[in-house]
Amino acid sequence: MAETPKLIDSKGKRLDGRKANELRPLTIEAGTLKRADGSAYLEWGNNKVMAAVYGPRECHPRHMAHPARALVRVTYNMASFSVGDRKRPGPDRRSTEISKVTSEAFASVVFLEQFPRSSIDVFVEILQADAGTRVAALTAVAVALADAGIPMKSLLAGVAFGKIGGTVVLDLGKDEDNYGEADVPLAIIPRTEEIVLLQMDGDLTAKEFQKGMKMAIAAAKEIYEVQKDALKRRYAVSVEALEAEEGAEEELKEETVEEEA
Amino acid sequence: MSSPKRAVVVPGDVLDGEGLKPGVGTFSEGGQIYASLLGIKRERDGYVDVVPVGGRYIPREGDLVIGKVIDLGPSHWLVDLNGPHPSPLRVNEVPWKVDFGDTARYLDVEDAVLVKIISLDETKRVIITMKDRSTRKLTQGRIVEISHARVPRVIGNQGSMISLIEDFTDTRMFVGQNGRIWIDGEIDDVVHAVTAIEMIESDAHVHGLTDAVRDFLETTYGKAE
Repeated sequence: MAETPKLIDSKGKRLDGRKANELRPLTIEAGTLKRADGSAYLEWGNNKVMAAVYGPRECHPRHMAHPARALVRVTYNMASFSVGDRKRPGPDRRSTEISKVTSEAFASVVFLEQFPRSSIDVFVEILQADAGTRVAALTAVAVALADAGIPMKSLLAGVAFGKIGGTVVLDLGKDEDNYGEADVPLAIIPRTEEIVLLQMDGDLTAKEFQKGMKMAIAAAKEIYEVQKDALKRRYAVSVEALEAEEGAEEELKEETVEEEA
Repeated sequence: MSSPKRAVVVPGDVLDGEGLKPGVGTFSEGGQIYASLLGIKRERDGYVDVVPVGGRYIPREGDLVIGKVIDLGPSHWLVDLNGPHPSPLRVNEVPWKVDFGDTARYLDVEDAVLVKIISLDETKRVIITMKDRSTRKLTQGRIVEISHARVPRVIGNQGSMISLIEDFTDTRMFVGQNGRIWIDGEIDDVVHAVTAIEMIESDAHVHGLTDAVRDFLETTYGKAE
């Protein structure tokens, strides 16, 4: 194995010059795919993620459908070219797990009972990976679901914290993840600070964990603002147009009937 | 009607609805009203609503929609409404006397129908009818699909937009709440009407959409009307 790089310098700066509680630059764009009911494209550091939502639609295979609730089915997939050494395409142990945990995270915020017998199918494609793809995927899915008009309690924000060179830091990069001591991906409901996903790789003391949690929750709120901004930007035009056509909706019912008279 | 305070809200946003009740697209928790949808906030009749700006069409009671017959049974047709599930149209909900097993004589797969949603039960099963005076089988013309959220804009204020297009192109149109639009007329006119609808859907003209559409129609048809 190559020599472990010095992950954090004497001034507390990280490999890419970030401070311990600093996120990588995050940009999100909503509604990037025309054919999907909702979609989002996200760049987070060197991660590039595309998410598409289809549904609510009929659940196939039929026997999986729940008579009183919708199903959220997330499919996480890494493109073969997303990592340094070509990834063998297709589902594997890791992507099956990520699909499962993100599905479950979203099942706790989506109003499933509004769509009995239906499924809400989400597809996440990792185009370029640079550590923290599961939280990047989750963050993108939240935006795509909202874009698809799916009713939810709140958006979800994904963040990770970890430990590198003995310091608790936020949002690990590739090398930090590879050579660091711990990685904790989280999904948080920013409004209530509820946690809907928590995994941990490596070891942390209770104190370190608490410290990381605090950073993660603060970061989740930051991410939430980026998500909100992406959605509002997408529809700012529509609102202006709607205002210009004030009253159209009220007349809608009468008009459709009149049309046939 | 209350003040049209319009703002884009995202799921989880707090809706400041002093003294208002939570309406569609909202939920309340701990005495506070929140948005459950991405959409535009609207206050009306003592309720705060969130009007969705995208996503799939979700059937609502009383909607007039354009459906496509996708399957037949001995005493019902299955109609795709562009929503989450196809909905059965039963023989006792059509204006004809249909013998058991004789459904194909009246409506066949691929036929388009204008139907009304009578009700939704607690499991969101949709009951549709053709016994309403405005419903019928669509035997000619063309159907185009747009997002259901754009339907009010295609219709326009008091039907201004739709009648503008109809007058210029000399076509008959019907806009279903599910985003399907039926257009009937001469082929060239229909093509122009579709172009006009595409203009509305693309959202390219924020201000003066009606003017933009009129300009387009005037350049194609001259200022005759």
